Amino acid sequence: MNSEATHVLSRRTADIVKASLGRRHAAERRFRLYGLMSIGAGILMLVILLVSIFGQGYRAFSQTYVGLDVSFDPAVIDPDGGRSPEALASADYGALLKRALGELFPDVTERQDKRALHRLISAGASYAVRDEILAHPELVGHSARIWVAAGADVDLLEKGYFDRSAAEAERRMKDRELAWVDRLKAEGRLERRFNAKFFTAGDSRDPEQAGIGGALMGSFYTVLVTLVLSLPIGVAAAIYLEEFAPRNHWVDFIEVNINNLAAVPSIVFGLLGLAVFINFLGVPRSSPLVGGLVLTLMTLPVIIIAARSALKAVPPSIREAAMGVGASPMQTVFHHVVPLAMPGMLTGAIIGMSRALGESAPLLMIGMVAFIVDIPHGIFDPATVLPVQVYLWADSPERGFVERTSAAILVLLAFLILMNGTAVYLRRRFERRW
Amino acid sequence: MNTIAESQTVQGKESAKMRSPEKGTLIAAHQREFTRTIGEISSPNPRIMCRDVNVYYGEKHAIQNVSLDVGHNEVIALIGPSGCGKSTFLRCLNRMNDTIVGCRVTGSIRLDGQDIYDGGLDVVPLRAQVGMVFQKPNPFPKSIYENVAYGPKIHGLANSKAELEEIVESSLRRAGLWDEVKDDLAKPGTSLSGGQQQRLCIARTIAVSPEVILMDEPCSALDPIATAKIEQLIDELRELYTIAIVTHSMQQAARVSQRTAYFHLGRLIEVGDTAQVFTNPRHPLTEDYITGRFG
Repeated sequence: MNSEATHVLSRRTADIVKASLGRRHAAERRFRLYGLMSIGAGILMLVILLVSIFGQGYRAFSQTYVGLDVSFDPAVIDPDGGRSPEALASADYGALLKRALGELFPDVTERQDKRALHRLISAGASYAVRDEILAHPELVGHSARIWVAAGADVDLLEKGYFDRSAAEAERRMKDRELAWVDRLKAEGRLERRFNAKFFTAGDSRDPEQAGIGGALMGSFYTVLVTLVLSLPIGVAAAIYLEEFAPRNHWVDFIEVNINNLAAVPSIVFGLLGLAVFINFLGVPRSSPLVGGLVLTLMTLPVIIIAARSALKAVPPSIREAAMGVGASPMQTVFHHVVPLAMPGMLTGAIIGMSRALGESAPLLMIGMVAFIVDIPHGIFDPATVLPVQVYLWADSPERGFVERTSAAILVLLAFLILMNGTAVYLRRRFERRW
Repeated sequence: MNTIAESQTVQGKESAKMRSPEKGTLIAAHQREFTRTIGEISSPNPRIMCRDVNVYYGEKHAIQNVSLDVGHNEVIALIGPSGCGKSTFLRCLNRMNDTIVGCRVTGSIRLDGQDIYDGGLDVVPLRAQVGMVFQKPNPFPKSIYENVAYGPKIHGLANSKAELEEIVESSLRRAGLWDEVKDDLAKPGTSLSGGQQQRLCIARTIAVSPEVILMDEPCSALDPIATAKIEQLIDELRELYTIAIVTHSMQQAARVSQRTAYFHLGRLIEVGDTAQVFTNPRHPLTEDYITGRFG
């Protein structure tokens, strides 16, 4: 009787299950579809972002150059004939360039026309000629074809930002200037080259002279200061709180506060840095040092939380095994627990660092938003950082800064990808070893 | 007798039988019997002496008034149903419970006459003297060599690399693992099979040359062949060490131990020579447990 009852029951169960099966499968398919849709939306956004930034920014990696036959007249460069580097460095190379342009277009005589003609080459072109002469002093007295950066308008024209067919009054370049450019082009004196200067030069008011070299070095020093300070402090705090601290209300209180700090808006840290580091402690304003200190405050909670969860994830059996053979708490933690938690801690640290690299708001408060042409050579020099440079350029009215803004974003993204890639690589390596 | 035991086990199961008044009085009468341990708790040649040990996990009274000796070169088996406190008691013997938040131990536990819960005592030498093998094999995620060499290294037991290698080899030999791993000592300990891992853990424990080895269900995760190897190993180790083993397998207790202690609900019910406990248990609870009526 008993077996009969079970049989009846099991058949009924099977029927019930079968009846509900269609509904269950439909729910599963629906959920899968939702998942695909949300991932698709995310990828679409990412693609739009990357395409628009790349589409705007890639042109900044090339720059139009004008080839000019410059005769290095000793009377202009070095009237004394001493050829001393000081004399060579202070000569009026602008005049030489203007003379070379004048020789190319002898029919331009009016003062205003000449000014327009001189705008074909960059205002900073004379520095390029100076550097050439300083590198090759033997050129003085001879003549050579020198390639100098074209003016911003010529560069934009070459990159196709202007519509030549528009009415002359609505165009940035008049017909006459277009004719000059066309002649230069026809003579093979116009070339687009890779813009190496973009990576090495500091900021400038002229877009064709501006580069991210200064911001890159500023970011490097700032993140370095942040890393050197926040990694040891954060990891030590996490190890103490997780492995050694007694479990009491004080530790709970500290934990709540660390979580709160992680959620504090970053601009508040900037104000704190201004009040404490600059006004009270007298750390130099706009320096990577003060930037690094502020970003350390901001990254510490992130690193502590990540490191604590990495330590928590180490199975207790490892601690028991170590203590079972008589390891002291310190030995247990540093021989076994910390090495196992290392991949997680590193990931947390690198995520914290990439957050610090991309942060701009707190740095505005401590003067890192200044226009700084010189490339910083240490943590005490005034500097700016990549995201702030993006902000500065995005704010500039000159048309040429648009592509540079996007190019700077591309470089920033490249560094973030590099850092996160390193995090993944380090994780893999450590995990294989353990 | 059997009905009493039955009512004990089905206590929480909302059994209709439970509600009969007759059964209730029987349980009450039985509870009184809990308070005294039957059998000889002391040993003529004790290495560990425990007297009136109580353990509390916060509010929970996990072990109540347990007194028990463990003699030199003796294997004592601690048996009892799940949650009876046998593992807790074992972990008191090398103060492994210290790490558990809210755990409190009272009473006295003496190792060779020294109170191990004395405030001034350092747990590091204690745990070097009283090694432990855990229920789940827990080799360090390092090489086999490093696993065994770790204890001697941190305690400074070897003066040279050659000496350390000797300790590693002899420990692995005594654990019966040497022939299987001698060619790949650099392989991670976690790559071994479960039984090999547990023998590696035993090798790691004996590499420190402890005096007492505590084993917390060392074979519960192993197949019968690996279990047999470990049981044989325990028998060999007895010549040098004092061993306390917690086990759920009555056959294992009967095979490897000289004395057996039966725990029930935090109390030590009965202790005696293994042969006596298994063939002629004096307490009804012990009898019910070893005859397989519950547990």
